[in-house]
Amino acid sequence: MLRFALTRFVSLTLSLIAASLVIFLVIEVIPGDPAAYMLGLNATPEAVTALRDTLGLNGTLAERYLNWAGGLLRGDFGQSYSYRVPVAELVFERLWVSLPLAIYALALSTLIAFPVGLIAAARRGGVTDYGIMGVTQLGIAVPNFWFAMLLVLVFAINLRWFSAGGFPGWQDGLLPGFKALTLPAVALALPQASILARVMRSALIETLGQDYIRTARAKGLSQRQALTRHALRNALIPVLTIIGLQFSFLIAGAIIIENVFFLPGLGRLIFQGITQRDLIVVESVVMLLVFAVISVTFLVDIAYAAVDPRLRRR
Amino acid sequence: MIRLENLALSIHGTPILRNMSLSMAEGQVFGLVGESGSGKSMTALAMMGLLPPGAQVSGHIHLGDTDLLTRTEPQMCALRGNELAMIFQEPMTALNPVQTIGDQVAETLLIHGQATRAEARRIAQDRLARVGLPPDRFPLSRYPHELSGGQRQRVCIAMAIALRPRLLIADEPTTALDVTTQAGILDLLKGLVADEGMALMLITHDLAVVAGLADHLAVMQKGAIVEQGATEAVFRQMNHPYTRQLFEASGHKPAATEQVSPAPLLEAENVTCEYPVPRTGLLHRPPPFRAVDRVSFTLNRGESLGLVGESGCGKSTLTRALLGLQPLRGGEIRLDGQIVNAGERMPAGMRRQMQVVFQDPYGSFNPRHRVGRLVAEPFHLTGRPADAAVRVAEALLSVGLQPEDAQKYIHEFSGGQRQRIAIARALITHPELIVLDEAVSALDVRVRAQVLDLLADLRARLGLSYLFISHDLNVVRAITDRVLVMRAGQIVEQGPTEDILHAPQHPYTRELIAAAPVIPADWQDERTHDARPLV
Repeated sequence: MLRFALTRFVSLTLSLIAASLVIFLVIEVIPGDPAAYMLGLNATPEAVTALRDTLGLNGTLAERYLNWAGGLLRGDFGQSYSYRVPVAELVFERLWVSLPLAIYALALSTLIAFPVGLIAAARRGGVTDYGIMGVTQLGIAVPNFWFAMLLVLVFAINLRWFSAGGFPGWQDGLLPGFKALTLPAVALALPQASILARVMRSALIETLGQDYIRTARAKGLSQRQALTRHALRNALIPVLTIIGLQFSFLIAGAIIIENVFFLPGLGRLIFQGITQRDLIVVESVVMLLVFAVISVTFLVDIAYAAVDPRLRRR
Repeated sequence: MIRLENLALSIHGTPILRNMSLSMAEGQVFGLVGESGSGKSMTALAMMGLLPPGAQVSGHIHLGDTDLLTRTEPQMCALRGNELAMIFQEPMTALNPVQTIGDQVAETLLIHGQATRAEARRIAQDRLARVGLPPDRFPLSRYPHELSGGQRQRVCIAMAIALRPRLLIADEPTTALDVTTQAGILDLLKGLVADEGMALMLITHDLAVVAGLADHLAVMQKGAIVEQGATEAVFRQMNHPYTRQLFEASGHKPAATEQVSPAPLLEAENVTCEYPVPRTGLLHRPPPFRAVDRVSFTLNRGESLGLVGESGCGKSTLTRALLGLQPLRGGEIRLDGQIVNAGERMPAGMRRQMQVVFQDPYGSFNPRHRVGRLVAEPFHLTGRPADAAVRVAEALLSVGLQPEDAQKYIHEFSGGQRQRIAIARALITHPELIVLDEAVSALDVRVRAQVLDLLADLRARLGLSYLFISHDLNVVRAITDRVLVMRAGQIVEQGPTEDILHAPQHPYTRELIAAAPVIPADWQDERTHDARPLV
């Protein structure tokens, strides 16, 4: 198991190096001078030269890559051109919104999906199953920004339980922060939970048809015991895959929901970086997201091996 | 005492079992024999109360004083694994892959509240040792994937006997196992019946297996028992024609084909195949696994050559190499003097000369194509001839089907018919060699006898050569002239089939022949027809 984790860790490191090279080169191959590009058409030559200096564009390709990558390792992401503050500061600030939001949404979606998927699988073909399948179909079909607006309408404007948007920060304690994140998390969790519940159901149903479930029943386990003691763990592999994908998406993909709720998250940061041609921000945030996705994949791999002993030997 | 009285079963209105009555005594083995679809497994599931939804049962199943059919589901849960237990055909998938064997055996005790966790583990260790998995070599922490098929079946048996049930139902417990492994499992079951005094219901399609094990025997056909009694008496009398048919089919030998003078068609010389072994570390890769090790033989024109060996011996890899589907690590394969190259370099004309029929008649066809298209598929090697439709019709006729069948889909055919279609597909390019890879292993004995007849007939008419790969010595004896015995990648013995089966030289061949179950020869004296079992 330890050896497996180590092997996966080495492959994680290699993936990160490869990803950083690709990201660096993509920014490099953008035709023309990044500094001129960032400053737009009306920039003076002096301004461009000054920016070139700040960007560290003077030097060989290898030097520039090593500077940039070395900076990343030290937590130095460079200076944002449009915000005039270190990118690390910007990212860190946003991460304190995006990460809790992603974890919150994922926790909600998992907490909803597991029991719902289990019930649907246990009542396969019954009214409950059909009902759940219908609702989850709807959950996938409804655009989450529309659902978010509906939530705002009901819970913020009519019932006044939550605020309609904005984020107070964590300095006043956890409660106000989580309260502000609740509606966005619910909006994000709905489609995710629907997908996850359906995956859970079909994985369980497939597992329930396996020979070892029959063996378990022949041992004297009831249908429900066979489901929880034998089918559940075996059905986890596809579910874990989906959870991993969803987490990666939630960290960066929440941009629409962040806009609906005026949340200062990573999605908005990267969007603003792109519209303001702030390549330094874009480069660093993309690298950070790649890091997040690869780390999540690593964790999912470890979780696979924890669930299924057959995968530990690879 | 276990009694079935007038047991009848229908599923969604379709009658499955009718009028089943039988009785079993504790400490005895009861054999239930029949072909697939005869209702053997459904009888077992009815007794376990594990029938599929939509099942309607009537009659009585008495276990001692209890009528199992009157029990509620929770009451049945308390009985299953406790008073009556069952093991199944497919040991490879019968265990939960993510739980240790210790936990799975202990679960039987825990679920019935018969032991504390620590006691359950101790008893589990005990029971595993009893079934031949001692704790020093098979600790409770082993996972199923670390065990072979036979060892997994032993774990299943340990699970089933953990609470010393009164009745153990074994549904084709050895069908998926090699013959030497089968012998070990059957010995174990026999020993358990004697030691523990339980009743064993042994469900099988193999008459030789029941002959060696069962005290009483019932023969099933189409959901009903056609004959039952003490095993020896049933074998001696064979009152019902169906019993007789089964018996004759199991030892069926098609008419012999005249031998032609030897002219080499397929030659293998020091053929070696290897597989890479997964890395154990980032920089460390163990040496490759040698699946086929310097194999040499010659298959003559018009000859039927057998290849026997147990699973994992390299039969399949060798077959793939011969068909030009597997690159060689060393040696040479020649077809008609030309070198067989694996991969794209192999000319279509050469592929045309060799065709193959696989084991699984269900998985080897595309279900969305009509039979005509399936059979005509090998024409991509030769270019589609103008008379393709006529050739398809011819091929179907030659395997005993009708030209109209070309318009049907594969799901409309039975297993035996599908295997005929597979043979038609192999015949369509007029090949010289057909490789039959366990081609009759999935078929019932009577169907198998018919397909063997068909193969013998085709060989005589078309001058075909066969390479017949099988684990079943009976079948090899019925259809091959010469046989190769393979073990651990090497051919350990080869020669004329009769000679090898009568006077095996290599200890492994002897072991194989000794492990094959037999019907005692003197049980058959009273009949005149020549239908003795072959091995």
